[in-house]
Order: sequence, then C-alpha cells, then structure tokens
Amino acid sequence: MKVEFELNGTRVGADVEARTTLADCIRDQLKQTGTHLACEHGVCGACTVLMNGQAVRSCLILAVQAQGERVVTVEGLSRDESLTPLQAAFRKHHALQCGFCTPGFITTAHALLTEEPEADEERIRDVLSGNLCRCTGYVPIIQAVLEARSAYAHKGNEE
Amino acid sequence: MRIANSYIGQPIERTEDLRFLRGRGTYVADINRPRQLTAVILRSSIAHGRLNGIDASRALQLPGVHRILTAKDFDTEIPRIALRLQPLSDLEPFHQPMIADQKVRYVGEPVAVVVAETAAIAEDALDYIAVDIEPLPVFVSREQADAALLFEQHGTNCAITWKALRGDADAAFKMAEYVRRERFKVQRHAAMFMEPRGFVADWDGQKLTVWGAAKTAWYNRRLLAASLRLPIEAVDLVEVDVGGGFGSRGEFYPEDYLIPAAAKVIGRPVKWNEDRREHMIAANHAREVECEVEIAATRHGRVLGLRGQIWSDVGAYVRTNGSVGPRNVAQYMSGPYAIENIELTSSMLLTNKTPTGTYRGPGRFETDFIRERMLDLVAKDLNIDRLELRRRNLVADRQMPYPLASITPYDSSTELDSGDYHAVFDRCLAEFDWKTKEQFSGRLIDGYYHGLAVGSFIEGGAAGPKEQARLVLEPDGTLSVYLGSSSVGQGLETIMAQIAADATEVPYEKIRVLHGSTSHVKEGYGSYHSRATVMGGSAILLAAEKLKQSIKASAAKRLGCAAEEVVLDGEQARGGNRSIAFAELIEVPIEIEAEFFNNKQTWAYGTHAAHVAVDPGTGHVKVLDYMAVEDVGRTINPATLHGQAIGSIVQGLGGAFLEHLVYDENGQLLTGSFADYLLPTASDFPKIRSLTVDLKPCPNNPLGAKGGGEGGIIPIGGIMANAVADALKHLNVQPMELPLSPPRVWALVEAAKAQLAS
Amino acid sequence: MKLPAFDYASPASLEEAVALLASRSGSAKIISGGQSLVPMLAFRLAAPELLVDLKRLQGLNRIVIADDGVRLGAKVRWCEIDRDAMLQGAHPLLVEAVRHVAHYQIRNRGTVGGSLAHADPAAEMPGIAITCEAELTIIGPQGQRVDKASDFFTGSLTTSLASDEILTEIKLPPWPAGRRWAFLEFARRRGDFAMAGVALFYELVDDKIADIHIGAIGVGDRPLRLRAVEAVLNGQTLDDRAIEAAAAAVRESVDPPSDIHAPAEYRRALLATLLARALRQSETGR
Repeated sequence: MKVEFELNGTRVGADVEARTTLADCIRDQLKQTGTHLACEHGVCGACTVLMNGQAVRSCLILAVQAQGERVVTVEGLSRDESLTPLQAAFRKHHALQCGFCTPGFITTAHALLTEEPEADEERIRDVLSGNLCRCTGYVPIIQAVLEARSAYAHKGNEE
Repeated sequence: MRIANSYIGQPIERTEDLRFLRGRGTYVADINRPRQLTAVILRSSIAHGRLNGIDASRALQLPGVHRILTAKDFDTEIPRIALRLQPLSDLEPFHQPMIADQKVRYVGEPVAVVVAETAAIAEDALDYIAVDIEPLPVFVSREQADAALLFEQHGTNCAITWKALRGDADAAFKMAEYVRRERFKVQRHAAMFMEPRGFVADWDGQKLTVWGAAKTAWYNRRLLAASLRLPIEAVDLVEVDVGGGFGSRGEFYPEDYLIPAAAKVIGRPVKWNEDRREHMIAANHAREVECEVEIAATRHGRVLGLRGQIWSDVGAYVRTNGSVGPRNVAQYMSGPYAIENIELTSSMLLTNKTPTGTYRGPGRFETDFIRERMLDLVAKDLNIDRLELRRRNLVADRQMPYPLASITPYDSSTELDSGDYHAVFDRCLAEFDWKTKEQFSGRLIDGYYHGLAVGSFIEGGAAGPKEQARLVLEPDGTLSVYLGSSSVGQGLETIMAQIAADATEVPYEKIRVLHGSTSHVKEGYGSYHSRATVMGGSAILLAAEKLKQSIKASAAKRLGCAAEEVVLDGEQARGGNRSIAFAELIEVPIEIEAEFFNNKQTWAYGTHAAHVAVDPGTGHVKVLDYMAVEDVGRTINPATLHGQAIGSIVQGLGGAFLEHLVYDENGQLLTGSFADYLLPTASDFPKIRSLTVDLKPCPNNPLGAKGGGEGGIIPIGGIMANAVADALKHLNVQPMELPLSPPRVWALVEAAKAQLAS
Repeated sequence: MKLPAFDYASPASLEEAVALLASRSGSAKIISGGQSLVPMLAFRLAAPELLVDLKRLQGLNRIVIADDGVRLGAKVRWCEIDRDAMLQGAHPLLVEAVRHVAHYQIRNRGTVGGSLAHADPAAEMPGIAITCEAELTIIGPQGQRVDKASDFFTGSLTTSLASDEILTEIKLPPWPAGRRWAFLEFARRRGDFAMAGVALFYELVDDKIADIHIGAIGVGDRPLRLRAVEAVLNGQTLDDRAIEAAAAAVRESVDPPSDIHAPAEYRRALLATLLARALRQSETGR
C-alpha cells in the first residue's frame, strides 16, 4: 500500500504493508533511525514522534494511519550547527547516558513544553512517566526539562 | 606559555551527547548491509523436554523465507559457551550449547534460526514450524528436591558449591553471647537495558565482521572464532553505539554464535534484532537468592561471625559469568564491616529457567540486603542504636589493607585497599540530616508510617588482569586513542579523552577515542566490574608516558639537545632555547601501545540513608528522601559519575520495590512484557541525592581512582527493608524478602496485627 | 514483535464500516486509537484478517453536554476530555477517572469507544459506565440499538458487541451540580492499570446518603456495581460507623482473582480501604 505524509517538513511516500508500523516505516523505508524501538508494545516511549504536534507512540500507529498527517521525529527537532535549547539543557544536566531512550524524551518534552511552557515539576514527571530510562534515574532529565521551559515561553503553537 | 591541561575532575560535557541528542547515534539496529537477510530465533515454549525433531517444511514454503537452520545445519557437534570467569572444569557439563541439542532446558532456549527477507516474514514462519518436544518434569524450586534432573549424568541439580572462609566461625559462634539465625530471599530480576540486543554479521568468504559487540569483545571473538573453526584474525567484532549493559549485555550468548554462523552458512549478511518479549526470556536473569544465615556478636554489638548457606537459582545453564553473583554473595557479605570469622557456602542451583549472569553489583545487592537486615535485627535485640552498632563494626582506616573472606574453589582473596568508612558514614548522616529526621521514626502522619534507615557498603572494581591502549599522534596534532575498554553508555569517550588530555597535553578538542572493537587493539578486555576508568585510564597513562618519551627523543635530535631537556606543551617541543612545532616534527604518525596490569581490586565504598513513608492500607512505600555518599578515590568526571550514581540508585529501588521475573510451576515466565515487569518511571522516586567524595585515593594504580558506577545499587535492598521495618516497628514487621511490593508489605502488616492480637 | 498480516480498509461511512465487518464473519476488527489493539497484535494474541479504520468517519468525536446528560462519541480521545473546559464542571467524576488513564502519548490517541469495547476489567472508563448507569449506542447490520452498561460488559475483555457491530456513543445521565462524589484507584505506578479502584456518587437528603452508586474496577472479570454495599449506606449518615459497615460489606461482595500482581485477599482488602477513603474524600463536597 502507498502512504504519503509529511515527515520533518518534507512530503514523503513509502510503500508499506498494512501491518507496517509508523515506527518501522520511518526507520526502514524512510531511513530516519533516530526513532528507536525498545519494546514494540507501547510502554517504553522510545519510539515517540510528533503527529500533528502531539506526542504519540509510533510503534502503536500503522504507517497507513499516518496518511496525510504531519509527522516530526527527533531529527526534525534538531539543527546541524548547534543543539536546540532543549537538547543543550539535556547535555548540560547530563540527562542521557546510553542515549537510546533520549529521542523519545526529546520529542515528548518538546511536545509538552510547546503546549505547556509553564508546566511544573509534578506535571513534567507525570507526563514523562510514560517514557522509560534505565540509565539516568530520571532526576537529571527532569532538571533539564525544567530549565528548558524558558526557551518555550511565549512560543505559542510552533513546532 | 600554555596552561597545562587539567580535564580530570572536570564535569566536561560529553562528546557522545552531540549525536545522541539529535538521533544520530548508530546502534546495531541502524546498521544494514547490502543483500542482508533477517533472522528470527525459534525458541522453546516448553521448559524441559527431549527435543525429538523439528519439521520446518511448511514454514519453508512461505514466500520470503530463505532458510531455517537447526542444530544439524551448524555443526556435527554443537559448540558450547565456555565460561569467561571462573572457568572450572567442574562446571563444563553445564555450559550452554549454542542451539538446543537433544534437550531443551528452559523456555526461550534457541531451537532454530529462521532467515527471511524481513523480520515480519520470519516471525510469521515461526507458527509453521513443528517442534516435537517430549515434555519432562519441570524443576523450578529448591523445595522440589531434584524432582527432575537437568543434567542426568550429574545426579543432582546443584552445579557447584562455593565456600567463603575467614578465621574460625565455629569457634566464634561457640563463644558468642548473642546469635541470631534468619532466612532471606531476593527475587529474580534483571538488568533490562533499553536497547534490545542485536547483531549484523557479514561473511565475505574469508573475513567475518560482526556488528553489535559490547563489553568483552576480545573474549567473544576468541570464542566465536573457535566455535566457527576460524582463525582469530578472520573475525572482527565491531562495537557501535550501545544502549546500556549493566553487566548483562555483551556476554557471549547463543545468538553471538547463531547469527554469525547463519551468515557463514548462507553466504549473505544476516541481521538479528531481539524484541522485548524475547529479551525477557533470552537475556541473562539475575539475583534469585535465598539463604539461611546466622550472625554472632558480643552483647555490646561487636559482630564476631557470619555462618550459613546460600542458594542461587542460576537457571538452566551456567553462562559466561554465572558464578560471579553466587560467589560474591558469600565472599562480600561482611561488606565494609570488620567481621573476622566467616563460613558461608553458596550453592548454584540449576533450574528450568532462563540462565543467569551478572547484573550491576552482582551478588552484592543480594548480600547487602541480607547483612544490613541482620545488623538492624541485632541492634534491636541488643537494644543498641543502629548507627552506633555500625560504627562499632565498620573497618577502620588503620586496619587497611583489610582481608575479606577467601573463596574456593578457584581461589580468590582480596583486601579492602583504603578508606575512611567512618568519615563517609558520618558525612552521609549529616547530609541526610539524620538528627532532624530521627523524630519521624515510627510516627504515623496523615495515614503513613514513617521510617528511616542507614547502611554502608563496599563496591569492588577494576578487575584485572590488564587492559590495552594504543595512541596515535598524527602530524596535524590529532590524537587517536584506541582502547580495549568498551562503551555501554557510561561516557567512555569523554572520560578517556579527559585522561588522555591531561596525560599528553594534547588539546582536548584534538582527541578522539575509539573503543571496543577488536580491530582497535591487539588484546583488549572490555568494560565490566567497573574497570574501564582504572584499567583503560591507566593504560592510557602508560601509553601517554611512552608517547611523550618518544616525542622528546625525536625533538632532542632536531633541537640538538638532550632528551631530558625537552619540554612538551601539547603542540610543540622546546629545548636548548629552540622550539619546533609537532606539525613539523612529526612526519609520520607516532603509534604507541601500552598495557596496564593489575590484579588488585579497588574498593570504593559509601553510606546511604533513606526516609520512607508506608501506607498500611495499600502497602505502598513512598521514598521521601534518599541520600547517597560514596568515596571513589579520584573522580575523573563528576557529572558522569553522579549520573551513574543516580541511575544505579533508581535501578536498586526498582529491585527493592517493583521488578520481579515470576515463573509458574511449569517454568513459564509470567512477567513477559513491560506491562508486567515494572521498571521505575519518572514519577516513582523523585527525591534522590548523591554526593561523591575523593577522600582516600587508591594506592594500587597510577590514577588513584577506584571503580565506581555500580555502588549506588548495592545497599538499596537492605536500606529499604530496614526503613520499612523501622516505619512499622510498632507492629514488629520484619521484611525478609524482596521485592517490597504493596501486597507483600500489606501482608506483613496484616500478619503482624494478627500476631499481636493473639 | 512485528504484527501479523492483515488487510486494511478505511471506509468513509458507518454503513460501509459495518458492511466490511460483516463481510469477514468475525475475523475483522475495528481500529481507531489502536492503543489496546496494536499491542495485542504485536504479541500475536489476535490475528484479524481485516482491520477497519474509523479514521475517516465524521461525527463520532463529539462531546455534547446537554440537559439529558453527557454524550461522548466513541472516537473522543482522552486528551480531548482533558481539554474540554466545560466537562470538568459538567461531569467531574468522569474527568477525574479519565485523568488516571494510561500515559501522555497514549492519551493523545486512545479513545473512549476503544476502552469500552476492549473492556479491560481494570479500566477506568468501563468503571464509570457501570457506576453512572451509562447507555451505549451501537450500530450494526440491523441498525441501531442501545445497551445499558450493566448489559454491555459480559466478561473479561468481552462485551455484547457482535463482530459486525460498532459502538458509536456513550451517554451518561445528567450530573446535578453540588453532588457528592469520589474516584480513587491504586496502581503500582502512575498510569498502570488499577489493582483496584472505586467510583462513587450520592445525593444528600436530610443529611443522609441517598441513591448512592458505587462501582469497582480491578476486582472481577468486569467492572462491578456494588449494590450490596449501596444498600448498607443508603439512608445512613456518613460517619465512621457507616464507613466501617460499608468496608465490611465490600469484603463480602467481591471475589477478586489472584494473579501475579496481587492475591485475591489483597485486592479484597484494598478495595475496602479505597472505599473507606473515597467516602471520606466525598465529604469535602467538591
């Protein structure tokens, strides 16, 4: 089946089976491997991408369900020359070690702060409780997201 | 005049982060080779049985299925996984075959390898393969008393019994004024790193390249080459980015052979990626221990001895490092305390479950739970303050080096190297503010009972025997550091660059670190037992020294002075009033190798304290504050070390409260997904504090460092159980078993209430 | 854990969707949010031949607050309930229960209809449906029918839906302002399925409890209405004695399963504890 959608600002198309997940389509057909698979049953959040601005588990979405939608992955939230404020905050606070869960945290935190730049620590923890990390113990991740808030203030609904 | 590099001790931001944060890491699942096929492993769904036959004919008819390999396709005699650590001949009967051969002994044991165009097709094919297994009785618990033998020739399911000995335990117990005997249990759980395992193997007719290596690539290469009957030089294991290991990834598993072997048999690259469900039954389990232990003490609380029996449920085979945990439980039960008389046996029980291996702080998490619980029980019985009891028993600095129990067979002795355990103990209590928090002990506030606990631990590191480093200084001034150490996410590239920068004076930005692949150095050892900083770092120091000598010698010739007069500053050499830039001096790259040998473990140590609140109605335990203090001798990068500490602590809390691999009586794993195997999340343990000090350097390596990074996890089980006991002391609740799940805590409360009522 | 093969259709109308379901005699399934279905496919616990996506169907995601009650279209997502400013006041019990559902990413996709049709015995939405005596509108080849929640949930992961029927809407009775209510569940971690949970509301007539509704999740093969406990409380003043009696009645009323996460006696005691706490919480009269 053919599916067409917007990926990181560009119109893309792929030939997929009905059973191909969005995660596998992004990784295998569209060669964007920043989105990771750590469980494939919708618990760990490593596969989180943004669909129409909302954080979703790409392992639980069929590629064909993304038809016509706007998808953004961690690559689409990155710049070549420098780290974004969110990424820089992660680095500063040592909020990653092995890096495998990191893209999922970046996309989720970005979605959260875009919608709720005033989110407090409890809200941040609540939202990020849907992403598993085995290395950091979460403390530095929360610190990084708290610090990154200032970069999102007054930004409105930008992606 | 350049300022000398001083990167060691700085919280340098990590170079690795630049790619990880942008989704530009390269993990093994991201690697693809031309013409590659994908493998999926067919695994036994029966825990114990005779493998009578496999009929893959229907599966082979599915479009896209290329081959289905079984034991006979691999070798006439299926190779076995040899032990990397403590390779006693006694344990040889229990080595795992690379693929099930005549018998299956655990649910998850590889039975066939399906190779197809895609993973989805290969998975489809699994349902069409008929495996004829004649079931045998299943042995899953010590209580069943050898109901079925896993290895009939052996006559028992006890693989081996280790013994830890020091002094004269019988005499100590005879004369002791106080003795208490208890039983304890720690549950089966596992490292559960986030990136599932995987390999991509490519055989070009002469050379086999395998991506996906980690931890111990050189040992694995030797074993793989031998298993495939290839010369070592024909095999290269390549380490790419690795998504966590914690002692479990990187050991040699059946798949380490099956995937490269499949590539060799088929003649096309083969890629395999474990999925999470598979990971839970295939990757090493850990920590399942029960024991009956006695402690002897004077009535003033001086601990005289430990005596008892420990049983470790090691699963169906003894894997590469399967002995480490069981040995450690016995050898390190005394921890940081001066206990002179020890006699502990530690038996390894084979069961029809997934085999076990090391997981962060192997045996140490379990043994500290046992010991710290015992200490609080002793304090209660003898009416001695819990803090005072520990102070009376902690090893003093002047007693170092302090020998621990020796363990046999495969003799190993070790001694605590340096440390001020009392100072760190007091520091922890101060940072935690025990004085103020003490008032909460046992109090009921808003429906929660509050409790405190403190515990000390030791953390062994820097296992020998050696590590290699190779430095290459290019004419343009770039320094490449090739290391035998491997990266599992701990910031290796950054830390080693810091060490290399200080040692060579080369500017930090001009240093790149390459690690873990067998093409990098002749013989590396890898990252395990918290050894990379000490072993890899020390190897770099030795190589750097040799490199500087070499440069000085060349410069001396060019500058017309003696080599001793030459001064280097990272970009030029000066001597006899003249100077010459490296760019001019170095015409061809200078390559230097060095090895660092070490057979003395380092002993980092620390103290943790905790404040919890227990809801007796639900059994839920909230961790209100957790304070960890550790002395690692010399910190290379405080940010990464701190990160390790926090991460390690949260893993320990997962082990104390949430994580449990549960089997039923048929050897079926009931907790087979993240919905049932519960990992800590961001909302579970918000208040964790950690402080690392460089109080007592290690006298046994040039860095003065001690392996750190595992410590955080070690004391958690004991501290949490003690804190819960403290909270519920009005009921005399005494947890003896982990995890402290809500139903277990609730049941302890109910039992205690019933006890008091009667 | 790649999914098994299936056909996929994305019909433009309900009629077409129903026809597609009917055409496969039981081996077609609806997909909407997919947050419950796709994991089942990943574990190969289900292998439907055809998935019928409700994506293109219009009009099934409305939230309507009217005098005759609150209507939620089957495609309403949890995040839409979060964002609806009127719902908090219109049905605070629903909103509070929905706050406990899953996690952020799942809430952006998962639907009310999906949760009801999936019928996990520990799920919040079925619990609310039972407690509030909701009505569920269902479309099939024979046309439209309405099921009472008490008839809809027939067992663990089982409902009255035939394989060719589609749930389109749930209607909750009107919620008077000032009503006393509480929702309390206990889960191992935030967002996990409840080990047990209770939803309740009642009126106060002459300071006494009247017409109390108590629903429980996680303690049976379906969400339960605790009528025996309601009988103990109706007509009583809400005091310690009444709460004690209610807790005791709870223990008699339920026969929870034992599983790897908790034995039956724990769930039984947990439910009693949660009920007592919920009753106390309800006193503050939100």
